[in-house]
Amino acid sequence: MSDVIDRPILAEEEAAKSRLRIIDCDVHPSIHAHTDLDQFLPKRWQQHLRTYGSHLRTPYIGTTPYPRSSPLIARRDAWPPTGGPPGSDLDFMRKQHLDPLDVEYGILQVLDLFIFSQQNLEFGAAIQRAINDWQLAFWSDRDPRLKASILAGQDDTQFAIAEIERCAKIGRYVQINVCPRANEPLGRRRYWPIYARAQELGLPLGIHVGGYGGHAPTGGGWPSYYVEEHQSNAHTMAAQLTSLVLEGVPERFPDLKIVFIEGGFGWIPSATWRMDRHFDAFRSEVPHLKRRPSEYVKQHFWFTTQPIDEPDEAKHLRSLIEWVGADRLLFSSDYPHWDFDDPRFAFKTPLTEAERRKIFNGNARALYKL
Amino acid sequence: MARHIVARTSDIPPGGNKVFGVDGRDIVVFHVNGEFFALLNRCPHEGAPLEKAACVARLTSPEPGIYQRSRVGELLRCPWHGWEFDMRNGQSFFDPKRVKVRSYPVAVESGEELQKGPYVAETFPVHVEDSYVIIET
Repeated sequence: MSDVIDRPILAEEEAAKSRLRIIDCDVHPSIHAHTDLDQFLPKRWQQHLRTYGSHLRTPYIGTTPYPRSSPLIARRDAWPPTGGPPGSDLDFMRKQHLDPLDVEYGILQVLDLFIFSQQNLEFGAAIQRAINDWQLAFWSDRDPRLKASILAGQDDTQFAIAEIERCAKIGRYVQINVCPRANEPLGRRRYWPIYARAQELGLPLGIHVGGYGGHAPTGGGWPSYYVEEHQSNAHTMAAQLTSLVLEGVPERFPDLKIVFIEGGFGWIPSATWRMDRHFDAFRSEVPHLKRRPSEYVKQHFWFTTQPIDEPDEAKHLRSLIEWVGADRLLFSSDYPHWDFDDPRFAFKTPLTEAERRKIFNGNARALYKL
Repeated sequence: MARHIVARTSDIPPGGNKVFGVDGRDIVVFHVNGEFFALLNRCPHEGAPLEKAACVARLTSPEPGIYQRSRVGELLRCPWHGWEFDMRNGQSFFDPKRVKVRSYPVAVESGEELQKGPYVAETFPVHVEDSYVIIET
């Protein structure tokens, strides 16, 4: 018999589960049909969507990146019985995910229509705006557990600021999401006005993996296989963490909170150790940094847990959590996608009660002021 | 070992599956290429329901550029993380010694045979012209 299936959740974890509700920082709602956006999208862009669709930063125009391992990259059991794509039916999401896993809050992360990858920035902005309204009308209004993020792609900085202002006035969004693969590394000054506004508003900056930037996802170019590209999510996150820290974003915006979503966390220790060591040697090149990079990482960044690393020896995951810090981690499931993590079984190492409270609830509660 | 008569063979169409509650466990029975296979309806990794798994072929590559498909429909691909298991014995291909799904012996017997034996189904109507799927647990 498998050692995995026979490894029960520790008794104390089972007991804790009944007392501890989960805050899931990565739940993907889907648009049931594009016509659902019509009420939020000006006629001009409705027509554009129907006539031209998406014009993406992919090497071959018109190719779709799906199915990517599984149809619509979804769990095969997540297709709603009522039809529509996985994640598009609130009742089914409640029944399959929110209720049985006792989710207190779910932070919505919309990926539909490749929001941040549209080459036509005006069209992209119109979709982002429509989806920001749709998140409230179709999800948050119908289930108060579900919290929306302001989608504000940073390559149209003017739009991003305007959209942040508009949504902040509504006051029901818990985060500002920008693109992980923008035209330039995220630390560049052209994006700083957005960071300044996020800091003033006290809204965390969310950076969810994915999308199709104009650049290859690896430093070595375009990968051949999906398994390579999936692996490269961690490289992208490491590159953006490096850029944000070394360009001085947390130094310049000390109250800005930055969340890396769906990048996992196994890569953080070595990326941080390396930055520290290089900083010791090259600090005169970046005199705007007043502290070692690891100190910025420890104070200004949070990381969602999925896809959790599963080393052959459980003690290595244990060490990893200690290295990164239980106060930096936010549980996320990635429901309904194929690499979903089940909070009951994903951590293949025991956690202390204090760690469980932080990772599954407390950190997110404080960060998002829930 | 208890024998459970769970279905008529015709209840599970070729390429399909059906879940049965047996002794408090959910057991999924697959019908593939005229054979029946029974497994615990739960991936050993994070517990995904295997009834939603894709039934795929084994794909091997003896050298780059050469591909071979075999055992079409006999491999389960977990509906969540894509872990592959051999339907015949529940073993995974990537780590067969450590990771496997519990599997159960399956027999197909005619109603006529069942009537003669000690395991006549009390809760199922027995028609001697049908064949039945029997799981041993």
